[in-house]
Amino acid sequence: MYDVVVVGAGVVGALVARTLAKYDLKILILEKESDVAMGSTKANSAIVHAGFDAAEGSLKAKLNVRGSEMMEQVTRELGVKYNRNGSLVVAFESERKEVEKLVARGIANGVKGVRLVERKELHELEPNLNDDLDCALLAPTGAIICPYELTIAAVGNAMDNGAELKLNFEVSDIKKTDGGFAVTSSKGETVETKYLINSAGLYSDKIAAMTGDADVEVHPRRGDYMLLDRECGNFCSHTIFHTPTKMGKGILVSPTVDGNLLLGPTATDILDKEDTKTTAEGFASVVSKANDNVKNLPLNKVITSFCGLRAVGSTGDFIIKMNDGVITLAGIESPGLSSAPAIAEYVEKLLTDAGMKADVKVDYNPIRRPAHYFKTLSMEEKNEIIKKDPRYGKMVCRCESITEGEIVEALTVNPRATDIDGVKRRTRSGMGRCQGGFCSPTVVELIARELGVPFESVTKFGGASVINYGKTKGDN
Amino acid sequence: MKSVDLVIVGGGPAGMSAAVAAYDAGIKDILILERDKSLGGILRQCIHNGFGLHRFKEELTGPEYAYRYEIQVKERNIPFKTETMVLDISEDKVVTAMNSTDGMFQIKAKAIILAMGCRERPKGALNIAGTRPAGIFTAGTAQKFVNMDGYMPGKKVVILGSGDIGLIMARRMTLEGAEVKAVCELMPYSGGLARNIEQCLNDFGIPLMLSHTVVEIHGKERVEGVTIAKVDDRRRPIPETKQYIECDTLLLSCGLLPENELTRAAGISIDRITSGAVVDENRQTDIEGVFACGNVLHVHDLVDYVSEESDIAGKAAARYIKGENAAALPCTVELETDGRVRYTVPQRIVGKEDVTVYFRVADVFRDIKITVRDGERVIISKKKQKVAPGEMETVKITKDMLASLEGNKLTFSIE
Repeated sequence: MYDVVVVGAGVVGALVARTLAKYDLKILILEKESDVAMGSTKANSAIVHAGFDAAEGSLKAKLNVRGSEMMEQVTRELGVKYNRNGSLVVAFESERKEVEKLVARGIANGVKGVRLVERKELHELEPNLNDDLDCALLAPTGAIICPYELTIAAVGNAMDNGAELKLNFEVSDIKKTDGGFAVTSSKGETVETKYLINSAGLYSDKIAAMTGDADVEVHPRRGDYMLLDRECGNFCSHTIFHTPTKMGKGILVSPTVDGNLLLGPTATDILDKEDTKTTAEGFASVVSKANDNVKNLPLNKVITSFCGLRAVGSTGDFIIKMNDGVITLAGIESPGLSSAPAIAEYVEKLLTDAGMKADVKVDYNPIRRPAHYFKTLSMEEKNEIIKKDPRYGKMVCRCESITEGEIVEALTVNPRATDIDGVKRRTRSGMGRCQGGFCSPTVVELIARELGVPFESVTKFGGASVINYGKTKGDN
Repeated sequence: MKSVDLVIVGGGPAGMSAAVAAYDAGIKDILILERDKSLGGILRQCIHNGFGLHRFKEELTGPEYAYRYEIQVKERNIPFKTETMVLDISEDKVVTAMNSTDGMFQIKAKAIILAMGCRERPKGALNIAGTRPAGIFTAGTAQKFVNMDGYMPGKKVVILGSGDIGLIMARRMTLEGAEVKAVCELMPYSGGLARNIEQCLNDFGIPLMLSHTVVEIHGKERVEGVTIAKVDDRRRPIPETKQYIECDTLLLSCGLLPENELTRAAGISIDRITSGAVVDENRQTDIEGVFACGNVLHVHDLVDYVSEESDIAGKAAARYIKGENAAALPCTVELETDGRVRYTVPQRIVGKEDVTVYFRVADVFRDIKITVRDGERVIISKKKQKVAPGEMETVKITKDMLASLEGNKLTFSIE
């Protein structure tokens, strides 16, 4: 019998599990995919919003501002990259009123340092802005982060503190039992728990329905993104938004914490919760809207494009409720990433208020070694490590400078990667300009070796996503 | 810090040829740094034949061609380190590298030859819409799986791009039992060698669909199919021509890009068209004593030309180390192009000797003249039945021409 089962290992579930892992509780995280951070968490704008655009008094506003305040400490403890680069919401002259309203809302929401900047200062701040832009909101507390790095680190830290993780566990049934719930997977495996946290993202409505709550409605809103080479990481220093519409915050142009430049997203409401196809129209829209904000965009430096789905709730606000041992966290669309640490804190309070009995563990350790620590070491420190373990002297991914030692770590440290994309999200191998062209065969070899599985069974992201079909003629 | 006369970054055909040439020109203190497990570079996985026709007057496979040079390197006892990655080259020629046995180390070099080769243009750069399943590889990655690892990355294959590796892989996958359904080429002509189209596609009945591209990828976990379409003369897909092809694999052969991260970081000027360093006829970059040759300088069609170019760089580096060419650089002639000639290598001439200029054209042209002008004056006019972007062209600027130049510019054009 678990004390807490968390359904869904996105950024929200991960931070909830990590927050609760400090208590003497038996915690289990369930995830239907072959890795954590596989839903909305994997593909979004990677922004910690300052908190100026949610309506005053809403959960979104409260949790965003609080989450943004907490993020610095959370990322420091978890060894996750975080950069307070500041956000700009730019406007043409015709949109000035909207931006002024936004500044007022930011002040009302308690966002620190938010102000209006005029044309001259604006163009000095960002020389690549479209010359016609007139003014902007500047929020110095806006930041950038890598959402899957945060999620992997949070799950890893929760596991280091005793939490368990079951991957490929798709919840298909939840039954009320004496003193808790029986949660059953599509493969027929059942686990029992006292408390159930529903952080299932796009499927939080389905999970809510299994717990008897038919009122939760969530639909996907798709968004195309384009990612540019690290050569372009200095194109702008702030995250540049355009004045928002009711479909979202428009197309942003932003550096990433890994030094790339990100453009996107589009916003299209759809029905299919699995439809992450990119479209030619989407690309065209990203490019044309990004060009409203900036000039001289080096579009020949695009290294990849992707599509993410936001889990949009029916109420316009986050849907957070506790009912009879179930906590539902639904409709956690933007600013969900920014709010995640605060949502976790909120869940902690709901549980303790509900009388959950638990003491803080004596050996609780909130610190996780940074995933990318090796890169940051001095030559002497690196040589110390290479002397002990020569695998750190063997370069596998030449674009991002990732060694065999780091890849083996990704396959052995909590939560362990089991496929190529898992290794990629943990180490960045294959994320550079050649996009895995050179290193993927070596990564396949290392996965097969470390996991003790046949070469041809290694997948890109679990399931039927195999890389090879078997041996060539000569070897059969 | 350890110092070496000549550090060569890369032990593929370019690096090995340059090392041998420099050694034979009297420089014995050489170190080759190679990132792979052994010398040979990408030739190791190119097990087909067709290499060496110019250089050795016989048809060799890639590994055989590489071996010819590996023997020469080993006969001369030229030192090399494998599985060694060069991380940085500084302007004052300090090379920082790393491997398992030495850890991270630095070497001060008198001269450096850059011979890092090139890489393939990845899918991301192509902005193909659709899903992102397993089963999308560059042709070279598939070649490594098949030829080096002995595994089959696909059974039903569509290839986008008709670069040489794509053509070679069409045949290779077919021979291994895969069904190659089509090779789509965005341009109205192929970027590959004519002989490869004949021997790799036509001989196996694989259709080459010119002016076609892949507009959408289908499949959730593994590729299930692609939608292709014909493109108009501005390379935009024509919606009415869309057709679905069922396949489990999409191979990409959409061009090669010189790998110049180290070059850029060292502050060396890069040619916008070749994506390689700007060099003179000695293949010297704008940092004195730093040379570049092979596919890192510009993408070659034949490895024979890579060797030829690397000889030049190796000899020039030797002269530089011995202090021989310092005084002999009185004139600088800039080489310009009309756009129909896309680029030239070298981009400038600093000496007084004969220079062979290599170049590529921007389109297929028939019954034309390759013209070189000194101001208004035509100094070379060479008739050609056909030139194509896939094949490298050369002209020779003789020392007499150089001696009689009126201006300091030579313009290369197609007329």
